Amino acid sequence: MSMLDTQSPPRTVAGPLEHHVFRSRRSGVPRLRTYVPELWGRREFIMELARCTLRSQNYLNAFGQLWLVINPLLLGCVYYVLADILSNGKHAHNYFSMLLAGLFLYTFFSSILSQSAGSIIGSSRLVLNSRLPRLVLPVTQILIAFMRFLPTLIVFLVVHTLQGLQWGVVAFWAIPAFLEVAVFGAGLGFICATLQVYFRDFSNFLPYVTRIWLFLSPVMWEAQSRIYKPGLGAHLLGLNPLTPMIGSWGDVLVYNVAPNSLWLVEGAGWAVGAFVIGVFVFIRREREFSVRL
Amino acid sequence: MSVSDTTKIQVAERPAAPSAPEATGDPDFDLAIRVKDVKVDYRTIVNPRANTLRHTLTGFGRKTNDRKVRLIHAVRGVSFDVPHGSVLGIIGANGAGKSTIMRAMAGILPPSEGEIVVNGRISTLLALGVGFNGQLSGRDNVVLGSLAAGLTRRQVEERFEQITDWAELRDVIDLPMKAYSSGMYGRLAFGVSTHLDPDVLLVDEALSTGDAHFRKKSYDKMQELVARSRTIVIVSHGIGAIREMCDECIWMDKGQVVRRGKPDEVTAEYLEFQGVAPEKTTASDEAAEDDGADVDDMQMEDF
Repeated sequence: MSMLDTQSPPRTVAGPLEHHVFRSRRSGVPRLRTYVPELWGRREFIMELARCTLRSQNYLNAFGQLWLVINPLLLGCVYYVLADILSNGKHAHNYFSMLLAGLFLYTFFSSILSQSAGSIIGSSRLVLNSRLPRLVLPVTQILIAFMRFLPTLIVFLVVHTLQGLQWGVVAFWAIPAFLEVAVFGAGLGFICATLQVYFRDFSNFLPYVTRIWLFLSPVMWEAQSRIYKPGLGAHLLGLNPLTPMIGSWGDVLVYNVAPNSLWLVEGAGWAVGAFVIGVFVFIRREREFSVRL
Repeated sequence: MSVSDTTKIQVAERPAAPSAPEATGDPDFDLAIRVKDVKVDYRTIVNPRANTLRHTLTGFGRKTNDRKVRLIHAVRGVSFDVPHGSVLGIIGANGAGKSTIMRAMAGILPPSEGEIVVNGRISTLLALGVGFNGQLSGRDNVVLGSLAAGLTRRQVEERFEQITDWAELRDVIDLPMKAYSSGMYGRLAFGVSTHLDPDVLLVDEALSTGDAHFRKKSYDKMQELVARSRTIVIVSHGIGAIREMCDECIWMDKGQVVRRGKPDEVTAEYLEFQGVAPEKTTASDEAAEDDGADVDDMQMEDF
């Protein structure tokens, strides 16, 4: 496989054999031409592993599904009360909708980070006993996070309808905004997975980072109302990569307006950048994982 | 170990590689496995707590010896070739580097020096199990194990019946694997790894949990693979198994090859070295003795 140099097989009488050469190269990027097909060849494994993991966590039966709906709703209520107290009860009628939209997407993002961080260490047995491209493990966790995100969309739809908000074709703009968050999260998730191998307490720090990041992102406040104000603080909030992504998402789903195209481009830039860096950091180090575990 | 010196090797080797349509007498392609002067080191940090972010941050700038790594030389310069269709046994005391060299041949552990060439699809049956998850049913584990090895879903469906029938676990295949005995566990693992149609099968101490009936069955299955000119490497403490199965035997000690030759001679010498009177043991005698001897290896972990 791939973490190694696999050269194309020669033709012998018995048909083509795989030809593997394992060399002393602990770090260094493996050849993408062999790595990517290896990874693609494991897509069914990724699906199956995600499905089995969810089932073993009871998320595929009725009460498990119910919990996936109740849990984010309760979380939304907690933050609603918090925001309500902090703002002395003054906020727009659609505030709850706006909060849920941002919160659900942010929860998806932060669970990508935390689940990816545990993906290598949590599968040490698999890492020590198989030659899987290691990227399979965080990718599976991202898929699991996505499958747990889906039911929250239903919650949002219900609240959205109950609050009597508008829908339109513009809603399709939510898809690129969502993809940006997913890709950006994936890139950071790969980095988290790598860091966790080297610093075993990394996942203890991560929740603080994600919580602070939540408050810095346009979840409990609206992007337009803050980042275009003068002052250093507003400027810094605008630098948060999640601001354009979650800002676009909120505009589309809550206000039914097309997102600022500049925001989408900016978000796409962050997403692609983080993804490329994350993938390279991870695959450059992944050969060392089995020695480090 | 830098990228640059590997590229040199690559360039030097290139001429013999892919474009040649017929095997050209190049041993790198004609042999099943070539292990060329391989060394494998593990790094362990002397202070286990030095492995944390907290420690790194609080100790920043301070001069400590904590992050010093101790290199453990598990395999120190081992070379051997295995031709297609042969069975190689590896014996040796605990900590001799047997399992490490197996992992290196499987491509899991990168060698620190040297090079390993393997021609063919590799299937492993390593001491810790195939990453099986005890919470999941036997069925899920078979499917996951096969998909992880790179089979497509269709291929898995084709082989599923064969595997469960071979392991004689049809009745319990939907129970969670934590309900299995270690023997059943070993049977399923062996069934999966041998039904993956491997060209090279690496078996690490996996025969010790089965009863006599399954030991016999495992031998037959391996003979069948060998008859189709598949290659097998076995690590075992069961001297009888080595004598019965192998064409050749390697005795490893402290990360080096001590002796290599006919299984009967090498195992006799090894037993003498171990201070055990060499007796005529056969595989079926051993079955009863070390049944369940490797309970430690059967612990399960979620993934």
